[in-house]
Amino acid sequence: MLEGILIGLSAAFSIQNILVVIAGCLIGTFVGMLPGLGPMSIIAIMIPVAITLGDPAAALILLAGVYYGAIFGGSTSSILLNAPGVAGTVATSFDGYPMARKGQAGKALTIAAVASFSGGVIGAILLMVFAPALSSVALLFHSAEYFALMVVGLSAIAAFAGTGQVAKALMMTVLGLILATVGEGALFNMPRFTLGMMDLQSGISFITLAMAMFALPEALFLVLNPARGSAAQSGGAGKITGLRFSRAEAKAMAPVIGRQSVQGFFIGVLPGAGATIASFLGYAVERNIAKGEDQAEFGKGSVKGLAAPETANNAACTGSFVPLLTLGIPGSGTTAILLGALIALNVTPGPRLMTDTPEVFWTVIISMFIGNLVLLVLNLPLIPYIAKVLAIPRNYLIPFILFFTLMGAYIGQNNATELLILVGFGVVATILRFADYPLAPLLIGFILGTMLEDNFARSMQLYQGLDFIIERPMTLALLVLAALLVLLPSYRARRARKRAEGVADGD
Amino acid sequence: MALDRWIALVFVTFCCAYGYLAFATMDQLLPPFMQRNPVWPSTFPKVLAILGVIVGLVVLFGLEKPDSQSEPSATDINYRRLHEYKLGQALMLLGLMALYALSLRPMGFLLSTTVFLMAGSAILGERRWVIMFAVSAVAAGSVWYLVQQVLGIFLRPLPFFLGG
Repeated sequence: MLEGILIGLSAAFSIQNILVVIAGCLIGTFVGMLPGLGPMSIIAIMIPVAITLGDPAAALILLAGVYYGAIFGGSTSSILLNAPGVAGTVATSFDGYPMARKGQAGKALTIAAVASFSGGVIGAILLMVFAPALSSVALLFHSAEYFALMVVGLSAIAAFAGTGQVAKALMMTVLGLILATVGEGALFNMPRFTLGMMDLQSGISFITLAMAMFALPEALFLVLNPARGSAAQSGGAGKITGLRFSRAEAKAMAPVIGRQSVQGFFIGVLPGAGATIASFLGYAVERNIAKGEDQAEFGKGSVKGLAAPETANNAACTGSFVPLLTLGIPGSGTTAILLGALIALNVTPGPRLMTDTPEVFWTVIISMFIGNLVLLVLNLPLIPYIAKVLAIPRNYLIPFILFFTLMGAYIGQNNATELLILVGFGVVATILRFADYPLAPLLIGFILGTMLEDNFARSMQLYQGLDFIIERPMTLALLVLAALLVLLPSYRARRARKRAEGVADGD
Repeated sequence: MALDRWIALVFVTFCCAYGYLAFATMDQLLPPFMQRNPVWPSTFPKVLAILGVIVGLVVLFGLEKPDSQSEPSATDINYRRLHEYKLGQALMLLGLMALYALSLRPMGFLLSTTVFLMAGSAILGERRWVIMFAVSAVAAGSVWYLVQQVLGIFLRPLPFFLGG
């Protein structure tokens, strides 16, 4: 492990990689602030750039930096404008915005930055401890377990989609899996579902799909409903002064940061539960723990109420790298996009990553520390200037978002048909968003689809049929878990409804 | 019927068509030696088609009821108020994107991008033509420079009649 850390240190501290971290964090912050462009869109747009970097470690560092930066930028717009650019920072606005209203915007930003930094760093330390341990367990897995594990991951993502949404999320997952079967698979060497079209021969490009699912609908929503971005237009960033906070406030924050980094990290590790859930849960837990006056302060500009979600969401971002790096299974839309980028770079994340390409693994982890430091030291003083981006008129902003979306798909493929496919999928995605269908499961299903089928086929061939389900207890247990995850929410909802009806009858 | 259930209906139909392709058309093409395999190329699609129909029907018949119907906020997007939104602008931008895709190769990157960015702003109601042209041209030029020179990906800069 020490050897690995040293390799990582030497690689991460190369001039190129440090520049890449800084660039990634700045770009991420910049875009995270804009309403309507989430971390997923910006990472999708950055993928062609990352791929042309050529070096998988540098690419992953860039994308991870963009990810952190986007979450950080999202909290900035939450605090300054009450307009979260990212879902994971909605909870930040609960206390951050009141604080800014009181004229303490500078202090709020510093607290957010310090909390994010601590959450990210503690998360990275936990990642260093847990990822190797999990990898060594995962090395014992065969394709049957991988198949079962992916099924668990996909059902967990659907199960966390929220009440009344499980079936819809499952539907999107199946659609993603179906889209993944288009084209010539590696396993059978025969084209499937191409409908005789040459352009479908190599399958649907995942960058095109990612752009169409996230970047395009958000941009279209900004066009459709100007009110959506208007908070950013009318609010404008005021003067940001007084970046310091007092010693007493630091003392109040410290235990919150400690608890939330650990809690956020483990929530991030769970598939389907990412930064958003971690930040809301972190906020709720801290409000319940706080006593008396402290508790009354929540929602009115409490230091603790601001530190909790900020720590938790950054720790969760780091935590979500655990299943990606150790199992090769993404737990969120963002890590799914990262996985797609890695596969494009010929790196297959999984338990072998640590032994086969330790430089990639450790460079990424070391760069997480650097990235968090960059956010704290470099971005914080720059915030007043970066905040100017919020004043870009939407008449100019929207065409540019659309242009970058198209470019992202075009650079990777150099194929104009891909752009037409992008627009078509974008329209479908927008309609799906209108009807409240979650789109992250679709993308995760699409990315896992090929691997799921490969592992399924390999276990079928090894065991000459479905026997592997019975003969490998681990596989059976995981599949049962997957079934429970899907069925439990609706069972509990039904029971709750029955109970509610019973009460109503008794009245 | 609400929009989400219409979508579920479309999805079930889609799965049936997909299932038809998987069940009825794929296996004839299979060479005999592959037929001895426990998995065929059509196995996974068949499973998916069945799963898709089941899940789609669950949504279609509303078997899983949402707990509470909360009213979406004003800034949220809601298809029932679609007519109040700037639908025309959105459709025009979509058309513009398709046009851009088609013109990118024959017209060259620089020209088509400048026109795309200007037309996009114009659709959104911008009328300061000189600023629009300056911003679009500079953006198109610098993106082309970055992609071509820094990233090393070829983008045809000029229209076909200028030999670009």
